[in-house]
Amino acid sequence: MSKMIANALGRLVPTEVEGLGEFAPFTGAFDRLRGDYSYARAATRRTVPACQRDKVTKSIREAIERSGLKDGMTISFHHHMRNGDGVLPLVMREIQAMGIKDLTLAPSSLTDAHDCVADMIEAGVVTGICSSGMRGRIGQAVSEGKLARPALIYSHGGRARAIEEGRIHIDVAFLGAPTCDKYGNFTGSTGPSACGSLGYAMMDAKYASHVVAVTDNLVDYPLMPRISIPEQQVDQVLLVDSIGDPRKIASGTVRYTRDPVQLRQAWLAFELIKASGYLAPGLSYQAGAGGASLAVTGFLKDYMLEKGIKGSFGVGGISGHTVDMLEHGLFDAVLDVQSFDAAVTGSLHNNPRHIEIDASGYANPFAGSCAVNHLDVVVLAALDVDVDFNVNVMTGLDGVLRGASGGHSDTAAGAKLSVVLCPCQRTRVPAIRDHVQTVVTPGETVDAIVTERGICINPRNEELLRAAQAAKLPVLDIHKLKNDIEAMTGKPEPVPFDESKVVAVVEYRDGTLIDSIYKVK
Amino acid sequence: MKILHKAVAGSLESSDVLISVEPADEGLSINIESVVLKQWGARIRQVVEESMQAAGVSQARVDVRDHGALECTLKARIETVLLRAGR
Amino acid sequence: MGLFRSQLYVPCKGPGMLQNCAYMNADAVILDLEDSIAQGEKDAARILCKYALQNVDFQGVGRIVRVNGQDTEFYADDLEMIIPCCPDAIRLPKVEDADGAREVDERITAIEKKAGIPVGTVKVHAMLETAKGVLNAREVANAAPGRVTAISLGGQDLAADMGIMRTLEGTELLFGRSFVVLAARDARIMAFDTPFTDLDNTQGLRDETKFVIQLGFSGKAAIHPSQCKVINDAFAPDLKTLKKAITVVHAAREAAARGIGVISVNGKMVDKPVVEQAEAVVARANADNMPEVEDL
Repeated sequence: MSKMIANALGRLVPTEVEGLGEFAPFTGAFDRLRGDYSYARAATRRTVPACQRDKVTKSIREAIERSGLKDGMTISFHHHMRNGDGVLPLVMREIQAMGIKDLTLAPSSLTDAHDCVADMIEAGVVTGICSSGMRGRIGQAVSEGKLARPALIYSHGGRARAIEEGRIHIDVAFLGAPTCDKYGNFTGSTGPSACGSLGYAMMDAKYASHVVAVTDNLVDYPLMPRISIPEQQVDQVLLVDSIGDPRKIASGTVRYTRDPVQLRQAWLAFELIKASGYLAPGLSYQAGAGGASLAVTGFLKDYMLEKGIKGSFGVGGISGHTVDMLEHGLFDAVLDVQSFDAAVTGSLHNNPRHIEIDASGYANPFAGSCAVNHLDVVVLAALDVDVDFNVNVMTGLDGVLRGASGGHSDTAAGAKLSVVLCPCQRTRVPAIRDHVQTVVTPGETVDAIVTERGICINPRNEELLRAAQAAKLPVLDIHKLKNDIEAMTGKPEPVPFDESKVVAVVEYRDGTLIDSIYKVK
Repeated sequence: MKILHKAVAGSLESSDVLISVEPADEGLSINIESVVLKQWGARIRQVVEESMQAAGVSQARVDVRDHGALECTLKARIETVLLRAGR
Repeated sequence: MGLFRSQLYVPCKGPGMLQNCAYMNADAVILDLEDSIAQGEKDAARILCKYALQNVDFQGVGRIVRVNGQDTEFYADDLEMIIPCCPDAIRLPKVEDADGAREVDERITAIEKKAGIPVGTVKVHAMLETAKGVLNAREVANAAPGRVTAISLGGQDLAADMGIMRTLEGTELLFGRSFVVLAARDARIMAFDTPFTDLDNTQGLRDETKFVIQLGFSGKAAIHPSQCKVINDAFAPDLKTLKKAITVVHAAREAAARGIGVISVNGKMVDKPVVEQAEAVVARANADNMPEVEDL
């Protein structure tokens, strides 16, 4: 194992990760964004396809063979079809059957639909993983140290950056294509397996050496009216019976929570946003897909309607509730990198103000600029936080990987006001700690942590503290809150880890390492 | 006290604990399952043992299925299950 | 004594809600051992309630325990276990006459003495839920001074007793409400209103709360946390009323400081009841963090 050094947060991180090269430790959220950082884009090789008329095949094996996939390569998928994705299991099973091994899997994220990867880790088909999310059996397998090389966890913006920098090179991308023509123009906004925006997949399409569009809905050329990913980026079209389970791809609109604790958090967060002064004409806004975050959006919508406040745009991870605000004229536009529910798909297809953006334009810190930088307010969730306002969204109470980095650190860094919702405790384990288990989002980018008991404001943001106090909101010192919670729950035993084995590293959006995740005992 | 028959108290809901006790021929056996076993397993065992001792229960099979109950909840459920098992 | 505007029913069943109920915007919580608890779980509920009262930090939120009625086998055990935990009050269902009120007073007094608690620590809120109970409101309100500090109307049971359906307008309860609140005022105790049961009808809850405030009620029960804020807001004075009340309270304090008996505001004399009312308005506004109260 490589040398471990302490980063700016005091977390030990390796200087080199097997298969992924050297890494610098995290030195501060904006250290590489001062205008003096540069990088050399890594050169990669791509094979020019033969001048063929027919790009379509119905054989998965043929598509894999034509792609030139070999042992040791890096392959990717997108997770826009969420828990309904059938593409990754379909392709990976064939790859395993063909005896290809030692692959690095670099999808935008991994969901519950991808549990089969756990078996491929055991079988040595997959020996490296780069992903935003890791959960279920995969998270368990990685946490138990079964993956040959440490996994890399990146944010959505960080993945876009890593691909553009050439830190991660994708040899073959298998991209689910809900509606596709025979030359490979495709979109996610229509078709039986419609999933909305293909923002993350756009990165793979642009930068992978070989791109296979996988579809179950082949239409006449040219695809109309929306083309999300164009034919020039696509080497092959693979036609299969089904690319996923539509019911799990786009479940109905996520309903507002009725959970009193979540509603209390949401209400306090809404009051804080109001007190901050950002809830004004021109508001730009993003919220996570969790129950409490969505409830904030609900309060915001009602208030804006009542007071006649018109915002400018919503970003994200778009839910039906954001679309609802667009349709009520509360936003001029929504910028959609990923659609959360069924209500969104129709909007993306029909509403010209509903704009599909790629992951780089969404959140890449090294891009010319990106949407998250223009956010006034973002509302996020947390598994647990610490007194330095660092946030964990990656490892569960037992230390096992069961979350996703997503756009958390990107939006927190970009937005003027970042509000993190977190219950005081989960199943008797306090959610406010001295040191959070895994840092995904550094405290310097978090303005406030909102719990059901009250609001903790980052001392860095004195203005917000004054505003919250002036509005007579229940502002609590985070150390005092931590002690009060422990008075209720008691102090739990620390979760034991095998600190001699790093099973995953957490990459900050700028490519530095912010934390290490160890093997569970 | 003597455990006269099998009794159950609590629930499997989050923040609660389901406890059952039943008569045993010899000794006190305690089985604990918990969603936070790593953090709280030892403490739960200690509380159960102390409670049984305080109640004078030396022969019983105790089964604890914890879903993150606070200690006051755990103690409430133990008191309930002992009340039920002894009457 | 604190405010009792919103009183949130919390079944002594799920510990999750019990340990968080102090953060739901309620002025008081009613920890329920009665209707929300199945017959076979009464023992568990009672014990859970005891541990909650002893261990949960209620952050100053009022703690009321609704015990089982005097005609049940659980009543005596409920009081034996709960009174020593010193809740702020016991809510006693189905009180029908002065004898009932005196019986609970005597029983609590005995338990308080045994436990070494000052007699009169735990108050009683008597629920009038039958035609007979409502008609005896005056007797109940006056039966145990210092012990019975509130009477409340139980709308659902009263409707059942009378064989009538409840409506949104609540015309059928109008006399009962008016009578209960008059009896309470006469005895200088509080009157609490029955919960509004349609959880999705926020406007209906708001309207009904404003109406019962108009009648003179001091508080209203809630059956979901989301109702608490609506109820509290309905109690909040409008700014004009608040400003006027602040002026009166200012004048009263000034007069007291200078030892003057007569209070005047803008050249007009102000009576003691007006001052009392103004103080109540300011207290309610204070509980709502209304900014104008800063001026005081």
